[in-house]
Amino acid sequence: MRKINAANLDHRQVNEAIRTSPDSCAIEHCCGQRFIATGMASGDISLYGTPGNALGAYLNGAKLTVYGNAQDAVGDTMNNGAIIIHGNIGDAAGYAMRGGKIYVKGNAGYRAGIHLKEYKEKVPVLLIGGRAGSFLGEYQAGGIIAVLNLASPGGKIVGNFPCTGMHGGKMFLRSDCKDILFPAQVTAQPATEEDLAQLRPYVEEFAAVFSYDAAEILHAPFTVVTPNSQNPYRQMYVAN
Amino acid sequence: MTGGTITNAMRPMHDRSNGLGGGFAGYGIYPEYKDFYALHLFFDSRDTRKRCEAYLKEYFEIVHSERIPTRKIPAIKDEPMIWRFFVAPLSSMLASHQLDEKEFVARTVMHINTQMDGAYVFSSGKNMGAFKAVGFPEDVGVFYKLDEYEGYSWTAHGRYPTNTPGWWGGAHPFTLLDTSVVHNGEISSYDANRRYIEMFGYTCTLQTDTEVITYILDYLLRVQGLTLKEAANVIAAPFWNTIEREPDENARKRYAYLRTVFPSLLVTGPFSIVMGFSGGLMALNDRLKLRSMVVGEKDDKVFIASEEAAIRTMAPDAEKIWAPAGGEPVIVHVKEGAY
Repeated sequence: MRKINAANLDHRQVNEAIRTSPDSCAIEHCCGQRFIATGMASGDISLYGTPGNALGAYLNGAKLTVYGNAQDAVGDTMNNGAIIIHGNIGDAAGYAMRGGKIYVKGNAGYRAGIHLKEYKEKVPVLLIGGRAGSFLGEYQAGGIIAVLNLASPGGKIVGNFPCTGMHGGKMFLRSDCKDILFPAQVTAQPATEEDLAQLRPYVEEFAAVFSYDAAEILHAPFTVVTPNSQNPYRQMYVAN
Repeated sequence: MTGGTITNAMRPMHDRSNGLGGGFAGYGIYPEYKDFYALHLFFDSRDTRKRCEAYLKEYFEIVHSERIPTRKIPAIKDEPMIWRFFVAPLSSMLASHQLDEKEFVARTVMHINTQMDGAYVFSSGKNMGAFKAVGFPEDVGVFYKLDEYEGYSWTAHGRYPTNTPGWWGGAHPFTLLDTSVVHNGEISSYDANRRYIEMFGYTCTLQTDTEVITYILDYLLRVQGLTLKEAANVIAAPFWNTIEREPDENARKRYAYLRTVFPSLLVTGPFSIVMGFSGGLMALNDRLKLRSMVVGEKDDKVFIASEEAAIRTMAPDAEKIWAPAGGEPVIVHVKEGAY
């Protein structure tokens, strides 16, 4: 595997080095370079250090694995592929993502899964092993967001104002969510067998990647949040 | 810590600014003059400097004055004359004006910045100093020879002005007395805040929004005597529906009281700020957390940045990396007696 030392490279040089590498490479000493692996359709890239904002933006099939923390806007408008984060992830993870998977072992910052969307077979998945900050799934339009609260159970699984503006897709929270206030335009209820069957393959894959027991993860109360079609958004901005 | 450390931390943050402003504040940098106010000034000409110096002499004892040392580097051009004066207000003047020392110095700063064409005080605290310029922050640190200063805390900023001009006075940090503020974001409530704070003797002159946060903090902390946490709860007050859900009754009452008494000092729009003061730092995000902020620790040091990468540059093996919630102040005090 080709190793790239990113210590003194800017974001353009890092991306050039990746694009001229064979199918897999390891980038060491990342320190804030933005847009790493933008739009890449193939390859298996390992990252060490702290990659910068918009990691894997427009990703189109490549696999990225970060052995550390990631910053903001990971997988912005991602279309396909996988991003695996072994640490925490910053704000706006999976911003407007429309396909592929992001698995995070640790916690997510604010606005994870903002404006996730889907179309036919394109169903993006954002799985967070720890907790999520406020505005989780803001304006969610499609896809699947799941928060597992495995890293340090006991704390609130999600901050304030989750699902604000949600109008599509599905959110799974591994909690009974008694302490969470959802907006009136969504429905939060205990997950059914059918719901969990939909989530199971992703949790199994997540557990395999991060060495957890999938059955143990799934043996807990889950809450499913979906838009409430009986109470759509009306007159929020203008009378119409 | 020398200013060289924080200058290097700005290098991986290069893409966050566009070269139209960079700056730093260092605390504990003037131990030999720690009992005097260190006034840092920009002058447009020798005449202005002489006029200003004559004005200062009427009201202050000037124990030392000099050009602030700089390096000539190609990245920093068109610099004004940059001077510092270590001063103490004349006791006769304090007595005749019936003002305490800090208020007297604050009024002098406002007077020079509003009345004296071509002169700007950009730093006025004791044993601290701001250094700023038009340029990228990593170049500004080299320009001001910050590697030659040692302090117990430092702040830094790279500017990317979008709505206001990029000029020397408009670079961050913005300071008054020993309060300094660096700010990432833009304040939607700027003019409402400005109109309110200008009722109390402050005048916004620097053509950019961050300045008003500095004056709000000076007003709340020094004039009103609020604690840091209370001041944070004023400018980043929780939403009413968050206050209603607060389980602790005392906290609920305190939030409601502060929102009711200081509604015009609620700062809205995106911001993450770091405020420096004598003996510590306070970091704060807007309540919606529309800008990023990361905190880390290593041994007895605390690091705060918009990106983890900047922290890793200063402390590659930093621990306890975490992101504060919106409106949740992070307050760091230097250990007793260490400054």
